[in-house]
Amino acid sequence: MTSSQTAPPASRTLTEVAFDPITRIVGNLGIYTKIDFANREVVECRSTSSIFRGYSVFMKGKDPRDAHFITSRICGICGDNHATCSVYAQNMAYGVKPPPLADWIINLGEAAEYMFDHTIFQDNMVFVDYCERMVKETNPGVLERAERTPAPRGDLHGHKTIADIMRSYNPFEGETYKQALVMSRLTREMICLMEGRHVHPSTLYPGGVGTVATPQVFTDYLVRLTRCLDFVKRAVAMNDDVFDFFYEALPGYEEVGRRRTLLGCWGAFQDPEIVDYDYRRMNEWGNRMFVTPGIVVDNRLVTTDLVDINLGMRILLGSSYYQDWVGEETFVDKDPLGNPVDQRHPWNQTTLPAPQKRDLDGGKYSWVMSPRWFDKRTGDHLALDTGGGPIARLWATALAGKVRTPYVRSTGTSVEIDLPKTPATPETRLVWKPPEFPNTIERNRARMYFVAYAAGMALYFVEQAMAEVRAGRTKVFQDFTVPKDGIGVGFHEAVRGVLSHHLVIRDGKIANYHPYPPTPWNASPRDSYGTPGPYEDAVQGCPIFEENGPDGFKGIDIMRTVRSFDPCLPCGVHMYLGGGRTLTTTHSPTFGAVS
Amino acid sequence: MVVHRELCKCLWGEPGAAGQRWTPHPPLLGGRVRVRPSGRKAPVTASASTGTQAPGGVEEVHILWTSEGMSCDGDTVSVTAASLPSLEDVVLGAIPGLPRVHLHNKVLAYETGEDFLRAFRQAARDELGPFVLVVEGSIPNERINGDGYWTSMGNDPDTGEPITFNQWIEQLAPKAFAVIAVGTCAAYGGIHAMAGNPTGCMGLADFLGWDFRSAGGLPIVNVPGCPVQPDNFMETVTWLLYQAAGLAPPIPLDEQLRPTWLFGKTVHEGCDRAAYYEQGDFAKDYNSPKCQVKVGCWGPVVNCNVTKRGWMDGIGGCPNVGGICIGCTMPGFPDKFMPFMDEPPGGSLSSAILGHSYGPLIRTLRSITNRTVNHEPKWRHNRSQLTSGYAPRWPRH
Repeated sequence: MTSSQTAPPASRTLTEVAFDPITRIVGNLGIYTKIDFANREVVECRSTSSIFRGYSVFMKGKDPRDAHFITSRICGICGDNHATCSVYAQNMAYGVKPPPLADWIINLGEAAEYMFDHTIFQDNMVFVDYCERMVKETNPGVLERAERTPAPRGDLHGHKTIADIMRSYNPFEGETYKQALVMSRLTREMICLMEGRHVHPSTLYPGGVGTVATPQVFTDYLVRLTRCLDFVKRAVAMNDDVFDFFYEALPGYEEVGRRRTLLGCWGAFQDPEIVDYDYRRMNEWGNRMFVTPGIVVDNRLVTTDLVDINLGMRILLGSSYYQDWVGEETFVDKDPLGNPVDQRHPWNQTTLPAPQKRDLDGGKYSWVMSPRWFDKRTGDHLALDTGGGPIARLWATALAGKVRTPYVRSTGTSVEIDLPKTPATPETRLVWKPPEFPNTIERNRARMYFVAYAAGMALYFVEQAMAEVRAGRTKVFQDFTVPKDGIGVGFHEAVRGVLSHHLVIRDGKIANYHPYPPTPWNASPRDSYGTPGPYEDAVQGCPIFEENGPDGFKGIDIMRTVRSFDPCLPCGVHMYLGGGRTLTTTHSPTFGAVS
Repeated sequence: MVVHRELCKCLWGEPGAAGQRWTPHPPLLGGRVRVRPSGRKAPVTASASTGTQAPGGVEEVHILWTSEGMSCDGDTVSVTAASLPSLEDVVLGAIPGLPRVHLHNKVLAYETGEDFLRAFRQAARDELGPFVLVVEGSIPNERINGDGYWTSMGNDPDTGEPITFNQWIEQLAPKAFAVIAVGTCAAYGGIHAMAGNPTGCMGLADFLGWDFRSAGGLPIVNVPGCPVQPDNFMETVTWLLYQAAGLAPPIPLDEQLRPTWLFGKTVHEGCDRAAYYEQGDFAKDYNSPKCQVKVGCWGPVVNCNVTKRGWMDGIGGCPNVGGICIGCTMPGFPDKFMPFMDEPPGGSLSSAILGHSYGPLIRTLRSITNRTVNHEPKWRHNRSQLTSGYAPRWPRH
């Protein structure tokens, strides 16, 4: 799982380079690296987050019905994912099944959230790393070549050369940059139609929604959705052109951000025909979700069973600012099916913050914990990542072969997305196939394909919802009572990937509540077994293609790699000193002696 | 006025040196600048009264925006949804008269790491020029955690240790032309300052003092909301930029330091479900399009304009679209509103009064009138005789 090192450590000269704060992400993240400039390779990386707020601490003793309102505030870009996930967990704990229309409305809200969030992140944050201005500063040779390279899909997106596309990504001035902001507003209006407002929804409740399900609300959504489709079709074509160009212009670029395939996806979009939020049937309804849950290890699908996924979760410490909870209370010793639940499982976690000095050399250095998935076949604690979300979702769904809708289908080896004709673009079929291995480019490429996936699913959901309304079934909320004691778990795909909420109720109050968003998985530090977190792992061993030497070094390949995971640290973390500044140059006789 | 003179000396030169002096613009001011008596917490307009002259306007302003507090970055994200005006409208100078704006915000910045921090470090050394400090997230209590830290931004170049969010604020706030707390966390502590929280966090005014004055002589400007309503924030910034340009008087704020024209009314006063309330007709669950006070809405006592303004471009909202108001713009949020889905205590009293006497009577009378006005007058027909009351002069045979 750790990255291979191409040169023997003894001969290396390492330079400490730190980037803190990392911008164009959400939350506090610092990346601390040791770079071998002579061999153009990142040798070591530590990922740290410097923020702690303590949700699982202050939620104790509160009314469980407040959980989705509170947990939404975990994150300012995917809060609605938390609210949704919390509502799922509460539905389980209260034993309530919302009316079908409510599930369709939540699916529509979440589909728009993916479209919004991936677009604003890709075009207004990630693509600044690929824009003309940045490429000129980091790889002038590449820009020169881009000026001479015609865009192969120019007929689809309208740009003549690759450099023209890069210019359209220039912040605040480029055409794509500005269009993406407008698109991000249109898609947020779609979210507001279904969930009241963005990013912290007002109309989501356990038992359903408060959205007034008139025909108008769905027409208003559909019209905006179809207005997005021209943008989406063009964006996929532009993305493919730029990413293919990088492989061509920089031979070996596929090694940037490369990591073993260790992907997790917890599933998204419930099917109201089958979901009853009962834990005992979770495998059955989980497999009918419109994004299939699954764990992909070394390009093979290990499981699609949410019960397996649930029971394999382990929260490790090792480099995090917390005391262990070994001797603390066990809240849930068996799941509702009678399976034993580990003490390191979120249901049994007790968060004990221990603020302390940062120690990047073998000590504690992050407020993020280290979630791992216990693979019972091998006994390994796998440092799963989500690759930012889309690559894991597409991969698990493609291999599972379970999704069948008119617009989006899984074939067992790929995902097919059919988008209808819209004013400026013809009917379009997009096919996503798993790459040979995950890397920076493929994580980014998957993102815009998933926007198309979400748009296709939204078309299907809006048809289903309108059918309900036309049939007069407009009920959106089902009453419930809060039990004195109970447990629940919500599984959902946040925009950036796996999201789980584990809830324990005692005496009608929250006794324990642990949200696990994607970023703790991706941004985690070294665990108690010494296994690095996914950012650390993907950055370690990363080759450096930047033309600047140590002096003007911007660390662009490192930045592209970290951003390919779509970090979101309120959800999860913080790496050190900024802008690729060289701290010390140390001639190190042994790797371990570098300070 | 003294404050203003000092301001122009320390931040942008001698008064009048630029040859531009601020004179109140009659249509803009119209004598409506509100100068309130000093409240318990803070006087409202710090320095200016109408009719006096202010220093010449500035041509460039930096916006230093730190979201490294106890925050979710939701206010930054929210502001990208604004269209009245949009962020790019302001950055690209689409609004005549505003100073040129340099935005330094982590989520959007081109630069990263130390390059990003450069402007913050320059400002701390008084070398940047005029700037507005935007603070997002609540301020943790760093006095309680020994050698550790709750949140930081960048490192001290000498020691290599993290610089806490609190140190940044202490450094920058007194040097800023204006300080804006964006979101309820920065304004009042918000959700992260909930009972039982480990970080002991608080709002900006709790940290700097409610009587704090920026270098521009202004109190802290609070734009609460969780997250902030996009256009509310951009409007506030626009006012402050006009003010920095010498085109507007000091921003009018209430005692909780909120812009008066945005937070002067309650949710209920702008809610299109208020008529159900008046008629004593209440939703019993979330299926109903009627007034939600009995299922958790705190709108009648919460200062917020979302019901009137919508969330984005008039779309969305809270109780107007079926989402109970949980009071997310208020200093008492969230503790004074929980459990959110219970009926607010005051709601039961007023809904009982309205629900049993006045409301049903009014509803009955209105339904009678409604039936009447649902029928057209009798002279609208296709018969051979005109019955509208007009006496025609043309020959009729």
